[in-house]
Amino acid sequence: MRTLGKLTAQELRLFRREPAQVFFTVLFPALLVVILGAVPDFREPVGALGGLRIVDVYVAIAVVMALGSLGLQVAPPALATYRERGVLRRLAATPVRPAALLAAQLLTNLLAAVAAIALVLVTGRILYAVALPRQPVAYLVAFLACAGTALVLGLVIAAVAPSGKAANSIGTLVFFPLMFFAGLWTPREVFPEVLRRISDFTPFGAGERALVDAMTGSWPAWDSLTVLVAYILVAGLAAARLFRWS
Amino acid sequence: MLEGMSAIEVTHLTKRYGDTVAVRDVSFAVETGEIFGILGPNGAGKTTTVECVAGLRTADGGTVRVLGRAGGDRELRELVGVQLQESRLPEKTTVGEALELFAAFYPDPADWRALAGDLGLGGKLKERFGRLSGGQQQRLSIALALVGNPRIAILDELTTGLDPQARRDTWSLIREVRDRGVTVLLVTHFMEEAERLCDRIAVIDRGAVVALDTPAGLVDRAGALRRLRFRPSVPLDEVLLTDLPEVESVRQEGDRIEVTGTGAVVQAVAATLAAHQIIAHDFRVEQDNLDDAFVRLTSRGNGA
Repeated sequence: MRTLGKLTAQELRLFRREPAQVFFTVLFPALLVVILGAVPDFREPVGALGGLRIVDVYVAIAVVMALGSLGLQVAPPALATYRERGVLRRLAATPVRPAALLAAQLLTNLLAAVAAIALVLVTGRILYAVALPRQPVAYLVAFLACAGTALVLGLVIAAVAPSGKAANSIGTLVFFPLMFFAGLWTPREVFPEVLRRISDFTPFGAGERALVDAMTGSWPAWDSLTVLVAYILVAGLAAARLFRWS
Repeated sequence: MLEGMSAIEVTHLTKRYGDTVAVRDVSFAVETGEIFGILGPNGAGKTTTVECVAGLRTADGGTVRVLGRAGGDRELRELVGVQLQESRLPEKTTVGEALELFAAFYPDPADWRALAGDLGLGGKLKERFGRLSGGQQQRLSIALALVGNPRIAILDELTTGLDPQARRDTWSLIREVRDRGVTVLLVTHFMEEAERLCDRIAVIDRGAVVALDTPAGLVDRAGALRRLRFRPSVPLDEVLLTDLPEVESVRQEGDRIEVTGTGAVVQAVAATLAAHQIIAHDFRVEQDNLDDAFVRLTSRGNGA
């Protein structure tokens, strides 16, 4: 536990030393809410959104985006680079298992995600009176399920990518379609029916749905949580089988 | 430590990667407190061998025992420090952070600040890994191998990338480490390094040990030739020397004589000259060095 703490502290220091990364993953989601909320129309209730405003929905989408960019774009290249540079192999020669570094890297991203989300929620609340989650426990469950999905998918990318650069490309390639289904360009709530059903079964579509449910005061629909848990299990199994340490 | 108990015992080690046989048959024993070298051409199986000793790879055949434990025993990771070839740290990790972090991995670590000072990194603690020179990175890697106060240090291509002064400094550091009771297993392809640093050397070629001896022993074993040159005080009948069993050839050049031979040729020639009351002026002895021996012992000498 002590070494995991030390490793995580070091990973956090390294995370902070990448200003572009800190901007896009921690600050940008909140900035997105600021920008979209500045559009007057986006602050009017919309019938198709069940009376929610566009800005309300984007608070959930921004949360998913933070998790997606950390899980798919930050963690995979970091881990693949560690393998490429022999850091994992070097660690295997110490009393610490290289899995501890993997855990520290994921924990670091989870902490960054918590910071990003706190910023998103506070920004939405203060600037545009977006209600804080009415079901905090449900929101926490939805957040953790969504974060778990993003990080485990990132592990799969880190497992199959031959290099840090490749992991970066694959992560970006996966990030955009998944964010489309989460509603980054058009909220999935106004998707055509078929597209929305498809989105329900994508990791971040299901994630966004669970977060919006918890935000508006109900427990996430069982099928959205089930989809997330299924992704965590299947991708987790795949990552465990495919991950190479050297 | 019990008499005869080796720090490292490798017996008939084999290791394959797919169809490629990296290690065919390697056996050696490293005694406690020794600096033991593994010498061989590129691709001979040196690194694979030490990686099996370090528990980073599992042998396909044979046995590895380290400090009385089976190779790969997790306890060994606290007792064996490793410096790996081609292992780098994250670009933006500083020297001090890396040392402090690695020190925290071990139950009884060395004082990492003092260690950094010993390795000439005392002024670089805040420098990022990516901004260090190749030599500094190499010294950090050595420091990380020693920071856990290991009983065995495995050093792979220890001085590659170091300038001659840094190389010598590193050698004296390794001697100091040994003087503290640490057994050192060293992989190298530098003859000079092996000759100056190692108590004994295993020469590995094509996955097998082809010779194991002290540096001087290896030179002898390889059938080393000694060359003597001198100027006799009186003209000399060559037969006096060619009759000696140790002498292979005698060449006369003006008033100078050059004798080549093996084994105790120097003593034999000196005794013969003395018996005939001939004084040898400008007496010089040249000897094959480990470099020559190495070439003769490995495939390089066979035109491979």
